[in-house]
Amino acid sequence: MCGIVGLHVLDAELEGQLGPLLTAMLTQMTDRGPDSAGIAVYGDTVADGSLKYSCRAASHPVDWEALAAELTLSITRHGDGIVLTGAPGLNTAIEAYGVRIVSTGRSVEVFKETGLPGTVLDRFQISTRTGYQGVGHTRLATESAITTDGSHPFSTHDDLCVVHNGSFSNYFSVKRDLEALGEQFLTHNDTEVAARLIGYEMNHGRDLGDALHVLQKQLDGFYTLLCATENQFAVVRDAVSCKPAMIAVHPRYVAMASEYRALAELPGIDEAEVFEPTPTEIYVWTR
Amino acid sequence: MTAFIAPTASCETALVLDCEQMTVRQINVELRAAPEGSTVRIVHPKGRHNMAVGLIKHLDISFEGSVGHYIGGLCDGVNITVDGFCGWAVGENLMNGQIRVTGNASERAAATAHGGLIIVEGDASTRAGISLKGANVAVAGDVGDFSMFMAQAGVLLVGGNAGEALGDSIYEAVIYVAGEIKSLGSDARIEDLTEADIAVVADLCAASGFTHIEAGNVKRVASAKQLYNFDALKAQKY
Repeated sequence: MCGIVGLHVLDAELEGQLGPLLTAMLTQMTDRGPDSAGIAVYGDTVADGSLKYSCRAASHPVDWEALAAELTLSITRHGDGIVLTGAPGLNTAIEAYGVRIVSTGRSVEVFKETGLPGTVLDRFQISTRTGYQGVGHTRLATESAITTDGSHPFSTHDDLCVVHNGSFSNYFSVKRDLEALGEQFLTHNDTEVAARLIGYEMNHGRDLGDALHVLQKQLDGFYTLLCATENQFAVVRDAVSCKPAMIAVHPRYVAMASEYRALAELPGIDEAEVFEPTPTEIYVWTR
Repeated sequence: MTAFIAPTASCETALVLDCEQMTVRQINVELRAAPEGSTVRIVHPKGRHNMAVGLIKHLDISFEGSVGHYIGGLCDGVNITVDGFCGWAVGENLMNGQIRVTGNASERAAATAHGGLIIVEGDASTRAGISLKGANVAVAGDVGDFSMFMAQAGVLLVGGNAGEALGDSIYEAVIYVAGEIKSLGSDARIEDLTEADIAVVADLCAASGFTHIEAGNVKRVASAKQLYNFDALKAQKY
């Protein structure tokens, strides 16, 4: 199964409630996937020329203070979540300390872990967060092992994140093509292939909508995908669309979830236009 | 044609079940215990699934808000109103009675329904009326792709447009579409409208409370029956 939620805030007054709303939405999706959960929060955008690295210890404990002092990074903690901020291009230097970088970007922060959504959300204090956009996922693992790396969201390029309900069937051949083009993969997961394909296309000049057109042509399988970038929020489903999806469009927000139960947590949902996205149609909102 | 089943009790005497106070199981137990002919208001449904299923008596049930998957499935004789949006397979395998959804319906509305009337005042998504077995389905707006796939008996009335592959591999069921059809499925064809068809559409509009459909100005889609028998000569092509 897997459960997806996402919130793209249009009314700045709602940004203060992003964390509690995402927490309520994802908790409602708990019975769609007990294996792992994750959240991407977009907010606290850093200045041009700076980058946020969402990090976790790859295996052994990391001396974060020493790392930050060495590389001139600042540390922000959200429960067990670590966000380092500083100059771009430090990925290799940070990883040398035994760190796994979960996401990079000026706006995005990604927190994910094995376990139920409630536990994972608590662990990273998501209910305290503010921001202008958020994406969440709870996983029922099919295509790769239940690990933190195999959890969603997949953030493979700066400020990009992808969550997926479904399974791709031809992802190994697409993965080989992307590896030949220089993309390096961290997992055996099918969704990582989708995220890297979108990221690769966007790095080569396409916008999110066009990158999703490429994905529709290249990847075969079942999918409801929710993708976000620094300023865009997109939903696409395969032609058969056997994986559920609901969209709510409200003057204060655009929201997407696997089921209405998650949308029911949003303020003013009764006034929102709620609909099911049409198969193969690419829905993109830009702020 | 299934007539509208008039409520038998006033709202003042209605049993009220609150989804914020009760589990789905508790609500279904209460509905099972409610006497024949009762009126039940279900408040704060908040998209919960599997409510009001398998009831084989006349109850007037109103959901005051949007609901989740499989609402009203397997019922016989209920009169259900959903004031909002509904999830997957509303009225799946309905035997008799009426279900009205005031908003949009998600996938597989009225799947395999044998009897009764399922009304969607908004749009119905993909696979509406899949494998329909005799019920009447009236959708005021559009229906999505693959609607009435392998439908065996019954009628689907579409007030708006129909998506791709309408009526693919349809048997004896009939579809009436007031708007445009994106594409017909395998073995589905548009046929001439008869006086009998116009009467069926007019009755269905009256029962559903639809006033925006002109009964004589719809397309009739039914089976070309070319898939009913194996064509031995076809094998020579391969």
